[in-house]
Amino acid sequence: MEIDLVEQIIIPVIKVLFIAHLLVIGVMAMIWSERRVSGWMQDRLGPNRVGPQGLLQPIADGIKFLFKEDLIPNHVDKPLYVLAPAMLLVPAMITIAVVPFGDSIAIAGIDIPLQIADLNIGILYILAITSLGVYGVVIGAWASNNKYSLLGGLRSSAQMISYELTLGLAIIGILMLSSSLSLRTIAIEQGSYPWKWNFLIHFPAFLAFTTAMFAETNRLPFDLAEAEQELVAGYHTEYSSMKFAIFFMAEYMNMIVGSAVVVTLFLGGWHFFGLESIGGPFWSGIISFAIFFIKTGVFLFIFIWVRWTLPRFRYDQLMNFGWKFLLPVTLTSIVVTGTLYVTTNGNLIWIGIGNVISAFIVVAIVAGMLAMDNNSKSAVQSAPTAAPLRGLDAVE
Amino acid sequence: MNAEMILFFIFGAVSLIGAISVISFRHPIYSALSLIVTFFSQAGLFVLLGAHFVAAVQVIVYAGAIMVLFLFVIMLLNLGTLSAKGVLTGKLKGIAIVLAILFAAEGIYIAVNALKGDTAVASAQAATEPITTEYIGELLFSKYLLPFEVTSLILLAALIGVIVLVKRENTTEN
Amino acid sequence: MSLEYYLILSALLFTIGVIGVLVRRNAIIIFMCIELMLNAANLAFVAISRNLGTAEGQLFVFFVMAVAAAEVAIGLAIIVSVFKHRETINVDEVNSLKG
Repeated sequence: MEIDLVEQIIIPVIKVLFIAHLLVIGVMAMIWSERRVSGWMQDRLGPNRVGPQGLLQPIADGIKFLFKEDLIPNHVDKPLYVLAPAMLLVPAMITIAVVPFGDSIAIAGIDIPLQIADLNIGILYILAITSLGVYGVVIGAWASNNKYSLLGGLRSSAQMISYELTLGLAIIGILMLSSSLSLRTIAIEQGSYPWKWNFLIHFPAFLAFTTAMFAETNRLPFDLAEAEQELVAGYHTEYSSMKFAIFFMAEYMNMIVGSAVVVTLFLGGWHFFGLESIGGPFWSGIISFAIFFIKTGVFLFIFIWVRWTLPRFRYDQLMNFGWKFLLPVTLTSIVVTGTLYVTTNGNLIWIGIGNVISAFIVVAIVAGMLAMDNNSKSAVQSAPTAAPLRGLDAVE
Repeated sequence: MNAEMILFFIFGAVSLIGAISVISFRHPIYSALSLIVTFFSQAGLFVLLGAHFVAAVQVIVYAGAIMVLFLFVIMLLNLGTLSAKGVLTGKLKGIAIVLAILFAAEGIYIAVNALKGDTAVASAQAATEPITTEYIGELLFSKYLLPFEVTSLILLAALIGVIVLVKRENTTEN
Repeated sequence: MSLEYYLILSALLFTIGVIGVLVRRNAIIIFMCIELMLNAANLAFVAISRNLGTAEGQLFVFFVMAVAAAEVAIGLAIIVSVFKHRETINVDEVNSLKG
């Protein structure tokens, strides 16, 4: 009974606390590194006054947010206005529950898997929870009772529905090959060496999944919902003080969790050239966690990198890209993966090559069709108009 | 009173409260949010029943897709200003409620009594092992392949239908 | 945990949906109540499936969800176009087909 208490209550609670705090600290680290890396990319310094290298800047920001007046404007729908930040933050936090952040670790004779809950429907859980993230944005936008907020919310909901499809379809190839929905099994199946990881076998799906994740987290180049130049600040225009900070935290948390999911699904999880099995059962656990941590960090760097590389999409471009390129590519990837798996007896090299070739063919076909369509259109009317509200019509 | 019982009553109560809120809130946005609460607690009930796959699909399809569409339409049409009238506006609302209560009584009567005679059903021990996603997939692609394909046709028909509805709007406007 | 509890809950949820369809006049809310009724049926399906130890009930729920998704897409598109023509979605005022 004593062991039961330790294994079933104390260890899970410790794991939950550890991960929850790690996420919050990760958010602070992300805020700092985003500003410093942005500064570095733009050949300026970024914040470097508070603490060594400006490391305490996020804490100073947090204190500022906490002590600001918690303003609730008169014209808002109060219950929903207060509820919206929580509705965004909670899904962002609980998604991490099924992500394995390392191999198991042995402490005092008890083998502890480094994962909060190994659900047998792990991936479905992630899809289900991420699909809830949109409510915070939409409800916050609507409750603000402000037309810019509302436009941001509408854009965001349409965008999330469109890119969720890609997100879901991109992982089906992986599910077919690993024949499991559990993230731990998927990570283990990929093995230690990068050439057997899923990002090579399912390269088009990997790109599509990453792109869709950028869209789901509302990051540039998909931050239509909060485009400063068009919508003031989009759905959180009316928010201030800690409520605004929670919107901000949720965005960064989504990025961290998304990176962790990509690392697990496509980049081999905690594996790296067999390094994870060095040392005893205790040290291998620590090392595997460190590998996972570093991989996630590298992926988060890519988030910042892309932000300063690609400009924002126009709304119709966003919809065209999602529906006409990503969706056909992922659908073809499913068909090709399934067909090649059966015809080549599960030869991973052929599946990888076939996926890339078929993706090229699909992109070429779609691009050709769009080019023909544009030619016939421009023969009739002089130039395609791109009024800002055209996107809304396209959505309807 | 075991854990399953307690969880059942929590989820059941939440889903009933959510359902009642759906029909009693004046504003459609609040109704939609209450409906999401109901769907969630139903997903919880599905987990209690060992149907993990159905629970996940319930959240993905209903809470993640269908209700977002509802909210989107409510926001797009900005319906808040239209529903200023009272909640009970139907002409025959009294009769409606009486009939509905009779209907509920009938449903409960059937649930409690009709199963009693059929010992095979009533006494059947609940399946010890939850039905796995793998098994559902196997059934879908073997025994129930035809219904599965027909479902895809239904979705295709809906897709085409929506495109036709929207296209006509555009051509008349231009 | 016996089957009756789930079936009673399902019946109650279904009835609430019926009441909603009967007393509310807002087309969107009526639509939501229909979804509620479908869900009540789903609950009964899963409960009975568990009781019999078979997967067929869960499969049926899967089909119901697919149909519900299709129905919502079409229904909301119709509501939007009705609103565009009539400026209302009160089902009592949309009565051109009434003799």
